[in-house]
Amino acid sequence: MTPHLSITDQPIDVAAALAAVQTEAAGAVNSFIGTVRNQSGGRRVRRLHYESYDSMALTQLGHVVAQAYAKWPMLEKVAVVHRKGTLALGDVAVVVAVATPHRAESFAACQFIIDTLKQVVTIWKREEYEDGTEWVAAHP
Amino acid sequence: MALKIALFGITRDIVGQPTLELPAPAPATVGALLDHLRANYPALGQLRSCAVAVNNEYAPADQALGPNDEIALIPPVAGG
Repeated sequence: MTPHLSITDQPIDVAAALAAVQTEAAGAVNSFIGTVRNQSGGRRVRRLHYESYDSMALTQLGHVVAQAYAKWPMLEKVAVVHRKGTLALGDVAVVVAVATPHRAESFAACQFIIDTLKQVVTIWKREEYEDGTEWVAAHP
Repeated sequence: MALKIALFGITRDIVGQPTLELPAPAPATVGALLDHLRANYPALGQLRSCAVAVNNEYAPADQALGPNDEIALIPPVAGG
């Protein structure tokens, strides 16, 4: 099943991502929606800037989803949409949606995809505070 | 052999430009490239990690670099 993977500079249509995984073969649809939070490490966040190396991000995302299909062969459909550019507080930064026959695998596969995405997909986040900006996770 | 390297995130800020061109003779492997860049831009060595991607895949230190490879410096990712 070809997964629906994209990186966009437009607001994410969450309903469209959920619709992309709808299938009569699945009894469970699970989703993770990451949104922009107003604070980070005690500092007030004004907005976020996401930068993406699109071609590699999509390649790596494809690997992540392939690993998920290998771990959960019953996985029916997967959609991952990640935003890039400048985001305001509350904006949706990422949506992961999966459809499986039963619910247990839908939770597990959804968590695996977002956790692994955060480790390998080439997207960078710069937080903007009242008094400056910082690349998240850049330094130990 | 010359190399062209794409820079992203904090590595672009450290180097001060979006791409870096290394004239011949450029480093022949991923490991040699990282050593060369850390020597010229010490702030790269202070990052939590700094990987090299070749043709959209993470590349091990012993991988050889060619003039037609798409090479990029990958600082710690923070998607999601």
